[in-house]
Amino acid sequence: MKESVLTVEKNHKIAKDTYRMRLSGDVGVHAPGQFVELTAPGFYLRRPFGVFDSSEDYLEIVYKVVGKGTAAMSDYPLGTELSALLSLGNSFDMSKAKKPLLISGGLGAAPLHFLAKKFFEAGVRSTIVAGFRNNEEVALLEELQKFGEVTLATDDGSAGFCGNTVCCLESLKTDFDFYYACGPQVMLAALAKKHENGEISMEARMGCGFGACMGCTIKTTNGFKRVCKEGPVFSAKEVIF
Amino acid sequence: MKDLSVELLGEILKNPIIPASGTFGFGYEFADYYDINILGSIALKGTTVEARYGNPLPRIAECPAGMLNSIGLQNPGAPAVLNEELPKLKKVYRGKVIVNIGGHSFDDYAQAASVFNDAENVLAVELNISCPNVKGGGLHFGTDALTAERLVSAVKKSVYKPVIVKLTPNVTSVAEIAKAVESGGADAVSLINTLLGMRINLDTMKPVLAAGAGGYSGPGIFPVAVRMIREVKAAVKIPVIGMGGVASAEDALELIAAGASAVMVGSANLVDPFACKKIIEALPSAMERYKIEKISDLVGAAL
Repeated sequence: MKESVLTVEKNHKIAKDTYRMRLSGDVGVHAPGQFVELTAPGFYLRRPFGVFDSSEDYLEIVYKVVGKGTAAMSDYPLGTELSALLSLGNSFDMSKAKKPLLISGGLGAAPLHFLAKKFFEAGVRSTIVAGFRNNEEVALLEELQKFGEVTLATDDGSAGFCGNTVCCLESLKTDFDFYYACGPQVMLAALAKKHENGEISMEARMGCGFGACMGCTIKTTNGFKRVCKEGPVFSAKEVIF
Repeated sequence: MKDLSVELLGEILKNPIIPASGTFGFGYEFADYYDINILGSIALKGTTVEARYGNPLPRIAECPAGMLNSIGLQNPGAPAVLNEELPKLKKVYRGKVIVNIGGHSFDDYAQAASVFNDAENVLAVELNISCPNVKGGGLHFGTDALTAERLVSAVKKSVYKPVIVKLTPNVTSVAEIAKAVESGGADAVSLINTLLGMRINLDTMKPVLAAGAGGYSGPGIFPVAVRMIREVKAAVKIPVIGMGGVASAEDALELIAAGASAVMVGSANLVDPFACKKIIEALPSAMERYKIEKISDLVGAAL
């Protein structure tokens, strides 16, 4: 973990209630699956965000306006300075897959984009199934397509496959040896039940984001684990839903 | 050169700043962020006889000027704290620590606290009789003066370490409870624990926390803490450890002036892992501003 003050360089809408923010500064090094905690001026707790993309001097996140804090974020003018806690949590284990399958629900696509990019840089194109509620909420497709073969699914069928990602996966009969998933808990639970050979990135309401408050602890077959510290990435086999 | 040292239960602490229980884990993980040897002491995560998972998620909610938590004393159990967590902490922290104890019965408290009787690096045990998040335990021991007194005298029979009793603000007269635990044999009191609170999600019309209510902490409770610490200091002879929404060196000085011999910093650690370090580093210049040479001279100055 490292603390740094970052500057908002871009902050624009990319889909319904969905924004992409680019922050510049001393961001340190991030591995795919890791997250950052950003201060929201006027609010007490920091907000956790999965890393969409990062290099030495910038960091990008994609976020949805779900409450007052994220609504305020969407109004930050360029140049706003935010205190950030960086490189939090563990990351996806890329060594497990030769033929990776990435499955996202909603903005779970953001951290999986960073993973797909890293696989691509290592010479591997991923198979990607990206699910959204409906056509209005579809985001990041073009970015994902740079690094893999993307199948789009929407719950209401307004774009791509009609149905959730788990059903979509069934119909595709994809050839993969290991999967990586990020999305709503119901999706992760359904996936983990069907396929053991994968890693899932869990989401939880956090207090601190670095292991101090025990606010986000889940039960696993290996005991209690903090989503923010031992996670957010867990083996699909270990999480007790 | 400002003198930051304070005396607490026969130990000289290099400064009065102590991370509060439940906001600093078992301490050693913070050694990855800074040299935790600068801390006056460390109050460890609340510990019970047996391991506990705590309450269902979500167990954190945000509020204006603070947060609610309903963790419910997640911990690995007293024997694991003694045999696994304390040795890990000892490798990175040379000072003595405060073990925080929770329970459901007099026996629970006595049994869990006595596990640490022979632990060298334990300065004291802090009895949490004010946790709002454990059903049938904790809080109700702290809201009735007679029960609180009896609990402390029962625990004192089998516990050799000094006993600090952590008090709840969720009472009509905190001074009355403080006097009761003093008569029961408490060596010090610490206050305030969290204020009981609740948030409701208007989309679902249900409480945000899965457990319903939780404990409110953060800068919003600071003035409540100042008032209660001053009241308790005036009522008892044993030392008072102050806490409640401390976020700066000035806040710490204010609690000390109200009567605190040492200051615990809680929620601030959760929004800024470097909070205690920053407060300690800011103390000398804050003391300079108020012409304070020795911090121990300030204790109760506003009484």
